[in-house]
This record gives sequence, structure tokens and C-alpha cells, in this order.
Amino acid sequence: MGQETTVAHHGAAGAHDAHHEELGFWRKYVFSTDHKTIGIWYAVTGMLFLLFGFGLMMLMRWQLAYPGQALPIIGALLGEARMPGGTMLPEFYNELGAMHGTIMVFMGVVPLAVGGFGNFVLPLQIGAPDMAFPRINMVSYWSYFVGGSVMLASFFVPGGAAQSGWTSYSPLADIAGSGQTWWLFGMVFLITSSLLGSINFIVTTIQLRAPGLSFWRLPFFVWAQFVTSFLLLLAFPPLEGAAVLQLMDRLAKTSFFLPSGLVVSGQVLEVSGGGNPLLWQHLFWFLAHPEVYVLILPAMGIVAEVVANNTRKPLWGYRSMVYSLIFLGFMSFIVWAHHMFITGMGTTMAAFFQTTTMIISIPSVVILSALFISLYGGAIRFTTPMLFALGFLPMFGIGGLTGLPLGLTAADIHLHDTYYVIGHFHYVVAPGTLFGLFAGIYYWFPKATGRVLNETLGKIHFFGSFVFMNVIFMPMFIMGLAGVSRRLYDGGASYSHAQGVLQWNVVSSWGAWALALFQIPFVFNFFWSMLRGKKVDRNPWHATTLEWAAPSPPPHGNFETLPEAHRGPYEYGVPGAARDYSPQWEPVKA
Amino acid sequence: MSMEIPYTVEVRPDTGLNNGKIGIWLFLASEVMLFGALFASYVMLRVGAPEWPRGSTYLNIPLATLNTVILISSSVTMVLAWASLVKQDFSRFRLFMGITILCGLGFLVVKYFEYTSKFHHGYFPATNTFLAIYFTLTGLHGLHVIGGMAVNGYLWGPGSALWKTDPVHFTNRVENSGLFWHLVDLVWIFLFPVLYLL
Repeated sequence: MGQETTVAHHGAAGAHDAHHEELGFWRKYVFSTDHKTIGIWYAVTGMLFLLFGFGLMMLMRWQLAYPGQALPIIGALLGEARMPGGTMLPEFYNELGAMHGTIMVFMGVVPLAVGGFGNFVLPLQIGAPDMAFPRINMVSYWSYFVGGSVMLASFFVPGGAAQSGWTSYSPLADIAGSGQTWWLFGMVFLITSSLLGSINFIVTTIQLRAPGLSFWRLPFFVWAQFVTSFLLLLAFPPLEGAAVLQLMDRLAKTSFFLPSGLVVSGQVLEVSGGGNPLLWQHLFWFLAHPEVYVLILPAMGIVAEVVANNTRKPLWGYRSMVYSLIFLGFMSFIVWAHHMFITGMGTTMAAFFQTTTMIISIPSVVILSALFISLYGGAIRFTTPMLFALGFLPMFGIGGLTGLPLGLTAADIHLHDTYYVIGHFHYVVAPGTLFGLFAGIYYWFPKATGRVLNETLGKIHFFGSFVFMNVIFMPMFIMGLAGVSRRLYDGGASYSHAQGVLQWNVVSSWGAWALALFQIPFVFNFFWSMLRGKKVDRNPWHATTLEWAAPSPPPHGNFETLPEAHRGPYEYGVPGAARDYSPQWEPVKA
Repeated sequence: MSMEIPYTVEVRPDTGLNNGKIGIWLFLASEVMLFGALFASYVMLRVGAPEWPRGSTYLNIPLATLNTVILISSSVTMVLAWASLVKQDFSRFRLFMGITILCGLGFLVVKYFEYTSKFHHGYFPATNTFLAIYFTLTGLHGLHVIGGMAVNGYLWGPGSALWKTDPVHFTNRVENSGLFWHLVDLVWIFLFPVLYLL
């Protein structure tokens, strides 16, 4: 590196300072080690996957609303192998379902929430020049990229992509087509990416905090990313172990998840047997329940930032929120088997997991209540980020409260694997987490680009999304309570008990397509504002946390001078202060 | 990289640690979760099985004992390699690091003979669940041995150039690589009784 610098120095006749050498195109954009570039790459890739996963779902919604009917134009484009005569084949429906879940969770929401926001915002908020391990950060992104590419490529292998649901339950996944093997290899890359990222976030938070920025002065968003990273670090390896075992079952013909005497298509499967299908479920949910909190905590962090900034008052109960966060992270490791109540586990086990599940709802309620109470008495600015944050609160509330009956064994027996479950977790993740993430995009866009997103388009985006999210997901509770199972190719049309509620499938589907229309203003706004949006100074929201002390967009190394933290993160409306906000980087006047 | 990341080499005063040290311990924590999940799988499979063979039915205990000795010795030489750097003795570091790598190689050679003898007798992962978990666990552990050897080999060879420019940084790297090597050793110390003796 030293040699290169010298050469550049001589070549450009000292035009460049040795500390700001010009990086070539590949180093600057493609294999960049700058946390901001990597964060933006993560966010953009994540958003593209979200759009793609949403597209898969819109296709499925046609089949659910109008089972067996030919889909005009698009159906023909997808070809005879998937939609002969425009009518969807059951195998293709299963592919869409499995890949919608996989893409949304592992390649959409987590990369955007953790890889995108975590990478871009966290080092800025703690006043660091970059992440602790910049090169590992770059490897983390490219590992994600490879994993995502493997998943996408699997659509084109013989037999198509994975069809065993995002949960890949064995034995079904053991005996499925080759798409499942691709799914497993893709997951190994995605897990590696998360692992490298989470180590980086934890070390960065512990080591690179600016002088004066003690743990109790960290913004809530940093705390949320910090706890999330521990969940990723410790919960993902068991899934990696499970993926290894399932790969062995598929490639080396072992029987980890295959019981003896399994009959497939009328034939007893010729394997050694003796395996345990429930073992997969345990390993999978040991990851996948903490994963739920990986999806929600960063969004909570963003909402807390936006709420404090737009109510112009400190967060109510900041410390109890942080304690709740840590407790939540810990508890999320011992609730996983509430996904398995109907597998026939003993009542003692069920009682244990039912109890821990009820306990984990307490810290979630504490955080949500603290955010609601923070609104009280605030001078609320109804900016677009604030609207999304305000939308998050009741939507996450609905998602959380509808989860309680699922955590109780007696109620879960009726509701398990019905549309009620789909409605419940989509309320948490779609109008919940995604609204939180949209709030973050509108809030930090000026930091990334130096320009603000258009408010009018933002409000159209918000109100349209808010209405149609509910149109999509509210009917699912009705269908689920009527007993309609999830993952049905015909949406329940062939079941007599579903006949009374089938019309809700149509409502839900039109809601999904309308939701797509209301994303157009956002996509347009995103690109248009990047080029033509109103230019703003470095602190357009009059915020208090350290990222707003850096120029917009921040240069390589982030800050002109090393920032120092002199106070807590949310000192809004301090009595006696000249302005209604007292930034962390401004010294306290004696 | 033109920009310096703080606390890459020096210790942050209030945490008492450098970045790499925390990073490697977090990585080890994730490795514990990986092997922990697989050991838990072993327990669940064994508890659920109507019968479970004794390890000695299929496996060679003397060879495994030899491998245990080899791997524990390599952990000792790994510490000696690091201690030599602390004492500023680079040539002794080279010697002990070299022995550590050779021990790793020796372990793999013994493992190779064990594997081929199993295949010779017609014992494959598909034969039964005991052999399936045996091959999976020892195979994954073997990959870790190879990974550790690759890092140690780099530090013994091309990576050791750092000793001349930044000896403290290089010593930290050897220490972190050593921590990983001890974990690989520790996993084997669990694998040996679980698979061979129980």
C-alpha cells in the first residue's frame, strides 16, 4: 500500500494528499471496504430482493384468488413448464411459496435492516471512521451476493427451486428435487455473511465508540443492532449444522432426518433409517425464532430514533427499553418449540415453552409502550419518516397481540398452520418491520445523498401502503379462524369448511396488487430525489445523534474531526437551551 | 488502506482489548454453537434409537488415542510458538509453529488411514446413523483442522513478513490463530470419548 501511495504521489505531482489517495473504480465501488458503500450496496440489493419476493407473492395471489384460471399475458411469459396455458402448476406454486419466504427473510429484510442500516448508520452514530474489520465487511457483502445468486439460479435447475417451504421440513426436503440442494448451499453462504457481519458489528460497537460515548449514551438503534448481532452470531450456527446434516442426507444418503420404513409414492424408501424428522424442526426453529427478533429489533431501533426526533422530546424510558432489549434477546433462545406444539411433544415441554413465550411478550410490550408514551406531550412533526414510524406502532401491536393465542398450546392446536399464522407474522414483518425500514430510508436518505426525498410522494407512498397492507392481511385472520390451512394450492376452494370465507382471498389479492401500485411513487422518488431532490445541510432534521455531525454524504473516514460525545442521545427540548435540540457533539456549557 | 482503524493493534484503555481479540472470541462462540448443535443432534439421535453400536464396533481406539496425543501436543507447541514471539525469538517461533503444522498434518494422515479402512470394510455414512454422525462430525472437524493449518501455514510463511514491520501486530495474529487452534483441539477432545469410547 505504501509503495502505491508513493507512485500516485509522484504521478500526480503531489496533487493528492497521501492520506486521501484516489482508489480505482474496482476498489472504490465493487470491492469497497468503506462501510457506507457496503451499506448502500446491501440496502439496494436487499430492496431488489424484496421487490422480487413481492413479485413471487403477487403471482401466487392470482392462483389463490382465481384457482385454476389462466393468468393473462404473464402466465404465457413464464412458459409451459411452469404455467401451461397460463394456469399455474402446483409444483410452481410450491416453488413460489418456498422462495417467497426464503427471499423475504434471508435476502430481503435482514440484509436491508442489518447489512444496510447497520453498516451505514452504526459507525456514524458511534462516531467511528469505519467498521472494525473493513475487509471482512466486504467479504460479508459478497458472500451474501453469492448466496443470493445461488438462490436465484436455483429457479433454472431441472425441477426448479426449492419447494419444501422456507422451513425446509424433512423428510419432505430430504427427498425433494435438486433445487433443495441449491437452497442449502445458498443458505451456507448467507449464514457465513451474517456471521462475519455480526462479529464486525459487535466489535465495532465495543471498540470504536467516540470518546465520551459510554454505553448509556448509545442511541437506541445502536443497542438494537448490538443485540441483533448476538442473535445472528449464536443462532445461525445451529442452522448451519442442520444444513450440513440435510446435505449429508441428500448427497451421502444418510438418514439423519429419515425415520425407518418411510413410504414414498407407495414404495418403502431404501435408506438405513433411524433418523428423527423432529430434529430438523428443533434445529431450524432454534435459529428461526431468534431470527424473528433479528427481523424486528433493527426496525424498533429505527422507529425509536425517528420518534425521538419528530416528537422533539427524549425517549420515554430509554433505560428500561435497553434492559428489555437485552432480556428479549436472551429469552428468544428459549422459546423456539412454540412452533412445534402440534408435533406431539409432551405436556411438560409444552408448558415450559408456553411459559417462556408468555414471558418474552413482556419486554416487547415494554418497548412498544415506551414508544407510545414517548408521543404523549410531544410537539409531533408529521414528516414521512414519522408517519411510517407511527404506522409501525399499531401494526406491530396487532402482529404481537395476535401472536399470544399461538403461544398458548390450547389455542394453537386450532390455529396452527392456518392463515391466522400467516396474518400474524406478516403483521409483524410487513406493515411492522417494513414500515420501520421505510421510516429509516426516508430519515437517513439525506445523510447518504445530501438530498431529501420528496414529502408529497412519500405521503402518497405511506397512506397507500398503510391502507392496502391491512386489506391484504386482515382477511387472513378471518380465514384462519375459519380453519383454512396455509400452503393450499387452491387457497381452500376444495374444502367445504372454507367455502364461506373464500371471497376474502380475492380481497387479499387485489390488496396485494394495489400495494404494488403504491410502491411506484417510492421507486420514482428514490431515483428522482437522488439526482434532483432538494439539497440540504448536514443536519436537516435537527437531530441530536452523532451521524448528523458528519458531512452529507460523509467522506471516506466519515468525520472531519474526531467527534466527542458530551451528553445522552436524545436531549430534545432541554429547558433553558437556545434551541429545541442539544446535539451529542456540542459541549455542555458550564 | 489509507485510513487507520483504531485499536487494531493497540489496546483500547477502557475495554482492555484490541479488536482482533474480541473478534476471535466471538467467532469461537459461534463455533461452539455449531458443534454444540451437532453434539445435541447426536444425543437426540442416540436417545431415539432402539439400539446404538459401541464405538469400538467400527472404530479404531488406539489410532484415535494416537491422534488425541498428536493434537494435544500441537496445542502445546502452538503456545510455545506464541511465547517465543513474546520473548522476541523469531527462529524459535518458526520451529514451534512448524511442529504445530506438522502435527496437524500427522493428524490428517492418521484420519486418512482410519477413513480408508472404514471404506474398505464397506462402512459408509449411509450404512447406519452411528457411522453417519461419525463421518459428519469428524469430517467437519477435519475441515477445521485444515482451516487452522492454512492460517498457521500463512503465519509461518508469507504472513511472517509482518514481524519485521509490526511485531506486536504479528504476535497478536499468532495468538488469535492459536485460540482457534485450541478450539479445534478442544472439539476433538469431546469427539474422541463421545464417538469412540461411549
